[in-house]
Amino acid sequence: MAEEKSKKGKPVLEVKDLAVAYKIRGGEVEAVQNVSFDLHSGESIGIVGESGCGKSTVAWAILNFLGDNGYVKKGSVLFQGEELVGKEGEELRKIRGNSIAMVYQDPMQALNPSLTLGTQMKEVLTVHRGMSDEEASERCIKMLDRVYMPDPGNVLMRYPHQISGGQQQRVVIAMALLTNPALLVMDEPTTALDVTVEAAVLDLIAELRREFDTAIMYISHNLGVVARVCNFVNVMYAGEMVERAPVEDIFARPQHPYTQGLIRCVPKLGADKASAQLYPIRGRVPPPNDRPSGCVYGPRCDYVQDRCLQERPQVRILPNGNAVRCHFSEEIDPSEWIPSEDIKLKPSPGDVTKNEAIMTVKGLKKYYDVPGNSLKAVFGLESPKQVKAVEDATFRVPRGSTLGIVGESGCGKSTLIKTLIGLEETTDGEAEFIGHDITTALDERSNDLIQELQMVFQNPDSTMNPSYTVVQQIGRPMKRFKTVPNDQIRGEVIKLLESMRLGENYLDRLPRQLSGGEKQRVGIARALASRPELVLCDEPVSALDVSVQAAILNLLIDIQRELGTTMIFIAHDLSVVRFFSDNIAVMYLGQIMEIGPAEAIYRPAYHPYTEALLSAVPIPDPSVTQKRIRLEGTVPSALNPPSGCRFHTRCPRRALMPDGGKACETEIPPWREFENGHRIFCHLPKDTLESFDPVISLASDAEAVAAD
Amino acid sequence: MTTTTQPESTASRPPSRLSKIWKSSSIIFDSPIGMVGLAIVVFWVGMAVLSLFWTPHDPNEQYFRDQRRSAYIMTYLPWVDLEDYDEITRPDPRFLLGTDKTGRDILSRVMAGGQVVLLKTRIPLPTDDVRRQDEISALSRFLDRIAPEEWDEFVIPGGVAIWGVLGSLVVGTTFGLLAGYKGGWTEQIVMQIMDALVAFPRIVLYIVVIAALGQGDLVIIIAITVTGAPGIARLSRSLALDIKTRDYIRAAETRGEGLFYIMFREILPNARGPLLVDAMLRVGYAIFTIGTLGFLGLGLQPPEPDWGSMVNDGRELIFSQPNIVIWPAVAISTLVIGLNLFADGVREELSRYQK
Repeated sequence: MAEEKSKKGKPVLEVKDLAVAYKIRGGEVEAVQNVSFDLHSGESIGIVGESGCGKSTVAWAILNFLGDNGYVKKGSVLFQGEELVGKEGEELRKIRGNSIAMVYQDPMQALNPSLTLGTQMKEVLTVHRGMSDEEASERCIKMLDRVYMPDPGNVLMRYPHQISGGQQQRVVIAMALLTNPALLVMDEPTTALDVTVEAAVLDLIAELRREFDTAIMYISHNLGVVARVCNFVNVMYAGEMVERAPVEDIFARPQHPYTQGLIRCVPKLGADKASAQLYPIRGRVPPPNDRPSGCVYGPRCDYVQDRCLQERPQVRILPNGNAVRCHFSEEIDPSEWIPSEDIKLKPSPGDVTKNEAIMTVKGLKKYYDVPGNSLKAVFGLESPKQVKAVEDATFRVPRGSTLGIVGESGCGKSTLIKTLIGLEETTDGEAEFIGHDITTALDERSNDLIQELQMVFQNPDSTMNPSYTVVQQIGRPMKRFKTVPNDQIRGEVIKLLESMRLGENYLDRLPRQLSGGEKQRVGIARALASRPELVLCDEPVSALDVSVQAAILNLLIDIQRELGTTMIFIAHDLSVVRFFSDNIAVMYLGQIMEIGPAEAIYRPAYHPYTEALLSAVPIPDPSVTQKRIRLEGTVPSALNPPSGCRFHTRCPRRALMPDGGKACETEIPPWREFENGHRIFCHLPKDTLESFDPVISLASDAEAVAAD
Repeated sequence: MTTTTQPESTASRPPSRLSKIWKSSSIIFDSPIGMVGLAIVVFWVGMAVLSLFWTPHDPNEQYFRDQRRSAYIMTYLPWVDLEDYDEITRPDPRFLLGTDKTGRDILSRVMAGGQVVLLKTRIPLPTDDVRRQDEISALSRFLDRIAPEEWDEFVIPGGVAIWGVLGSLVVGTTFGLLAGYKGGWTEQIVMQIMDALVAFPRIVLYIVVIAALGQGDLVIIIAITVTGAPGIARLSRSLALDIKTRDYIRAAETRGEGLFYIMFREILPNARGPLLVDAMLRVGYAIFTIGTLGFLGLGLQPPEPDWGSMVNDGRELIFSQPNIVIWPAVAISTLVIGLNLFADGVREELSRYQK
């Protein structure tokens, strides 16, 4: 290790004992304390942790961009040997523009919508490098080429809204690299992107790291993403750095109990709820002004001892060179960890996919009319254009099972469940649910039907009405459907809250007094209050931190096992869907491409689109090898979907078809039937689909296949 | 688990409504601007309340300090040397702010002037001998039936400005929430009607309303309602447009809730902050309106004092005897400023509170 260091020379960035505080009304909060790390050129360091742990604050402190009320309280930030703390004005501006660059989470907000991309990119060079316009243009084109932007010359003339999200992020990255910065700070650069786009951007970042001599500081909440692009990982918890190690060690031999806990929260791709369980970390991240006096992680730690609660641990360098902030890390063996009793789930009811169908959907279509803007259309002479949001959806949901729906944004998964629940009217097709026709809109449905079909929403901040207390919100459906006599509502709400693992003391709280996970629990309780047969979950965990996500998933599993509730579960995270669902439907551009039992989806035979999706999932385990399939181009518009197979414009397997895939363009593909109701919507013959290699090869997986 | 579940032994009881209201309204104490505004408003409300029981003099009594001279002036007003008015109107220990040209005490009138604006609304009852054609007769005939025999007018608490703003709040939020939530044709029709009302010149609108319905407190309330409703409708529509995209509205829809439940129980409580601030500002505007109408001679019924008509009365003497005009004008403007400051303070604290 020491040898390696001397080889690398002086670090690009040295952060020593950094503490950042924000002034608030009546005092200040220390958001970040005692953070130190080095970053050498050509290295990339990942900073992970749950939200509120101070990841972004560290980045802003390095850039000296803390806003009016934030300041560096202690410590130093040396950039190429120069102290950045306390620098101001022109000097700081020069360093920021010339040698430090930042990439933000949302590319749409990082680019100025009213300037062409060329103007924005060239400005970096003409201002900071004093280049002439032509020279700058040339450099920009070259750089765009480097980030694999198709047709870079043309892109310079366009405005941000004229290119897709993934391309925007490429432009932002290219712009950051233009001045060949010594340090590149990336704050969740792929969080807002779809999984296939994310995969391509991550490939790009990993490649740039190898080729440019740039040091990268990569902030993410997603362990899988960090595993893919970083060689060092800093784990942050409650404003402190708790562990620093090479990426392989973090996943193979996590030393700090928090890191171990984080890894146990995330479902492994391929794990399912029958065979595996998630272990959420109990408690929650303490707010900055209410941190415990001993070890900050103490109250949530499974190995906590008296010393942890009294004495704050310091960062210790272990014999292997890794740093950890724990008194007892050598004594902790994660493989001997025993989950505490209260997170045991109810036993699985066995295979539910053979149960009778509770919902049958046949050829369901949802089209939206889009008014044209030609003169003819204004006078109503032209038939309006249609967005085909859902095309020909056919599936059945067995009682007590979960149907997972996956797909990238804009594939119609939300529209599908909105249509089922009646928020949108069905355009065509049949849908039947316990003897009711559910192609009608909500106001034509009977109360009996409405009561049996409820929904859980995505965003915990908007799922509860801020004006009403928990008991009012959960009690309302009981009152409305008269499932419970009025004088017993309070008692019933308490019972329901207890099954959500929330105490009676939550009854009279307002939503703003609850954390994200608690709000989501109340949202689930409200959906269950009318005792529905089927609950539609629209990305219920995607806005939550991993440990909270694990707790909510456990909760949903428990509820399902106890009440036998049927669920339709939407998510874009393939590991979560695999973990939670019995059956899975993969959607692309409004069309179900593949549907079948969960384990069949994640094993060959694959639909080419499923294959590409699976190969794009970031896996929090650097030892896993994944097939590398990247989709070309962007998702076509649903206004004018491609003819024949909707996926043909991007299909990487099209070459396997005779004639270079003529049939894909002209003919609608047939359903290829496999066993157990597994169906694939593809022109490729059955045996070709079956011959695909598995996307993910795990050492243990290979053994399992051999055992089969 | 993300939540600790200590079973709390204390029986859970909802906090009383009063303490909740106090808790949410106490944020105003954090804002110095709001407190200044509140102090001014409280001062004028206090004055008006006091005047119900006590004023230095009877506000409607004509106190002639020199009977002969005053009678002369009253008779031959246009030809009088203006300096002669000094005799009648000048402040002295008995009349601290002086009297107006008919010899009524200005201090008492300014104090009592707040009553009709803030505290009471008078609805005259039909009398047998005189057919009053200047009130909405159905309402006054109904009130006549329930009122005791000897009353000739019916007084309800709450001033004209307050009732006018309440009226425009009810009308405005109903239409605004309906338009914002329903969208489509409903929105088009409702908002076009509201915009048409805004497009109409205000003063002309007042004159039309008063010409059609006659003079009186109730008519002024209606005039304020009609002119205030479009603004509130626009505001509540824009709030509804935002709030209706939230998931809890979807949750209410998937629960099969009715239109009015969603409008008034789900959307309205979350729009109340901005609406409340707007309503407070509108009370200020309404006081202005009443002043304007009084000045135009279309205002509240004499003889009871009303700041706008007091300004109008003293208008001819503004250069020689400015104190007749100044005091009611000061009353109007300070009260409006006070309401504005108060509303600003509330808005500031509300927005900080939400962060």
